[in-house]
Amino acid sequence: MTDRPYQGLDPQKAAERVAASIHLRKRKETRFVWLGKTAVAIALGFLVLLFAGILSKGIPGLFQYYVTLDLKLDAQQLDPSGQMTAESLAEGDFDGVIRSSLYQALGNPEGRKAKREARRLISSGSSQRLMNYVLDNPDQLGSTVSIQFAVDDDVDTFLRGLISRDTPEADRRISNQLIDYIDALNAQGRVSYQISDYLFFGSASRDAEMAGIRGALVGSILTLLVCIAIAFPLGVATAVYLEEMAPKNRLTEIIEININNLAAVPSVVFGIMGLAIFIVAFGMPRSIPLVGGIVLALMTLPTIIISSRAAIRAVPPSIRDAALGVGASKMQTIMHHVLPLAMPGMLTGTIIGMAQALGETAPLLMIGMVAFIVDVPGGVTDPGTVLPVQIFMWADFAERMFIQKTSAAIIVLLAFLISMNAAAILLRKKLERRW
Amino acid sequence: MFVRIATSAALAVAMSTTAVARDYVSIAGSSTVLPFATIVAERLGRTYNQKTPVVESGGSSVGKKGVCDGIGTEFIDIGNASSRMKTKELEYCEKNGVKLTEIKVGYDGIVVANSKSGEQLKISLLNLGKALTAEVAIDGKMVANPYKKWSDIDSSLPNTEIRVYGPPTTSGTRASYAEIVNEKAYCKKDADAKAALKAAGKKAKTCRAMRTDGAYVEAGEQDNLIVQKLQEDPKAYGIFGFSYLDQNSDTLQGAELSGVVPTFEAIGDGSYKASRALYFYVKHQHLGVVPGVEKYMAEWTKHWGDDGILADAGMIPLGAEEAAEMKARMTDLPVLVAADLK
Repeated sequence: MTDRPYQGLDPQKAAERVAASIHLRKRKETRFVWLGKTAVAIALGFLVLLFAGILSKGIPGLFQYYVTLDLKLDAQQLDPSGQMTAESLAEGDFDGVIRSSLYQALGNPEGRKAKREARRLISSGSSQRLMNYVLDNPDQLGSTVSIQFAVDDDVDTFLRGLISRDTPEADRRISNQLIDYIDALNAQGRVSYQISDYLFFGSASRDAEMAGIRGALVGSILTLLVCIAIAFPLGVATAVYLEEMAPKNRLTEIIEININNLAAVPSVVFGIMGLAIFIVAFGMPRSIPLVGGIVLALMTLPTIIISSRAAIRAVPPSIRDAALGVGASKMQTIMHHVLPLAMPGMLTGTIIGMAQALGETAPLLMIGMVAFIVDVPGGVTDPGTVLPVQIFMWADFAERMFIQKTSAAIIVLLAFLISMNAAAILLRKKLERRW
Repeated sequence: MFVRIATSAALAVAMSTTAVARDYVSIAGSSTVLPFATIVAERLGRTYNQKTPVVESGGSSVGKKGVCDGIGTEFIDIGNASSRMKTKELEYCEKNGVKLTEIKVGYDGIVVANSKSGEQLKISLLNLGKALTAEVAIDGKMVANPYKKWSDIDSSLPNTEIRVYGPPTTSGTRASYAEIVNEKAYCKKDADAKAALKAAGKKAKTCRAMRTDGAYVEAGEQDNLIVQKLQEDPKAYGIFGFSYLDQNSDTLQGAELSGVVPTFEAIGDGSYKASRALYFYVKHQHLGVVPGVEKYMAEWTKHWGDDGILADAGMIPLGAEEAAEMKARMTDLPVLVAADLK
């Protein structure tokens, strides 16, 4: 046995070399950890900025200024024919009642110009509010009540301090006389700053002080209901068929590729298709949540199919084998075992798809849902719009009070989204099973 | 199976909805007309016991094309536009058998404005054209716009960098601005520009292109965004509709164009040149079929006066004569023909 000299590195030297490089490796590691932490910090920073921005602008938007007036509800003046129906009340002079009370509170201004300035104080929709009040409280007719009315949007902007008293009168939308009137009402304690009931119970309006999100919220809910009713069963059925039943051949491969491609199609394309098929070919009316829901369903379908297939694939084969082993049919295996176990994943995918659909405006543009719609839709075939569209439209109106209303509407949309996502997480936590 | 159920359900719904006639007026088009059309629509809904018209946005071309797409309740009844119909667009209408009446409702001014804390711009339309047109005439040639500061054009102008925020190409305001200022006031008026264009064999229409070297900044379709930017940056100017200046008159000032300040009166009487007319087009075949179209037209006449709510929202009213003519059109309903557009 010849002593072969050791060809490799001297162990002493090797250990030294490793020791020398170890701090390099450690440095790389710390650098990586540090990079990751920065990335998370930046993301969190943006999130905080976004929320701070929205909340600081939006929370004042949830409030608005009201003025309290004492009204003498004269039966003769408000309901001349005495029938107490919406039709007979339409004949009544509600504006007159509000006006005389307003003039009284201001110490009976004289002259046409002074009266006109006084009338600019309160919202032009006040008569509507009074009419609704009388309809709800017919027994109050004949007595004196105090009711709060929203102030006009320019006055509201002034009261928020966004229009300075120091700007020359010609340059602001509020005259000196109007400011005097506002001060007088303020001194009497008639002006209050409260949660805006118009925002939540009012519908779209071009008078900023009366604008609300109810119509858009109902429209969003109706559209999403149609969307989920179509997309969920279709998506789950497709996923089950492709995963469990379909033979693996050319055709199913093509279908699979196309579904994945469909997920990447820009959403506006679905709108164009909706216009061509449902409105032009089928002759459905424009601007209805039914068509909107169908279009959004087609858009979310790939998301649901893909996540559902992933959920089905995550069910271990041993479950299927066991079911088949005790004599269950293919159908029974799927319905009794695979589907229930895959359901949490499917639901999560569906809710994420719905959240995506909730924020879409592009596909709705083509089918006429990007529109100014005052009436609250009563069903899926009434014209309606959705929350993001409402936000988009408000952001573009010139009246300044719409800036606050826009931010407030964004808060509502975010709350809607967060509660949907929270529901997804809760569902998953409750139903999920780990293997 | 699911697919079959879904399709048959969709078909059934489609059948049932076609049978129901639309009972609300459907309007679409220009986003400049939209704020005014929505005011009228809302008032109509409040006054009469009927559904409020639905007003869609989309732009002037959507309004003019949409109303011409065909006859039937799946198509809109009225198209809004901030530019007049062109002969080509009318041909498309005639091809589809649609008869229209054109109603002019008012005017909208295009203003160049900046923050009150900055220097007010007093500039001729011609010089304004020089400031923002992509190519200007220098030594008999059309070259890329070299002006960096306003004072490079004329020493009386502010010694600040040219920085103007304005709408993107999709906007009707941008199209009107480019036509009025770049094309008509500069390329068709300025002798140097005319000669240089002729030498290069280019048409004056090519002047409609705006600068892309950073002097003109496209700020998106939202005019409110431009207003915000101007309030933050006193050295910048912005191009937008008059109603936004009117709403923000305490912080913004309009530039004096060729000696005229943008005011209600100046735009109304035509002495302020950067303005355009607003129109809507009514489809004859839907009158009497869709309830409320006539009432909607009549509602405009109640509010378009000098002290009406539309003027309060920033629309410039028609003159008394024009208003009377338009009101008569609503009942006479003259069919729009190509000869009217010449």
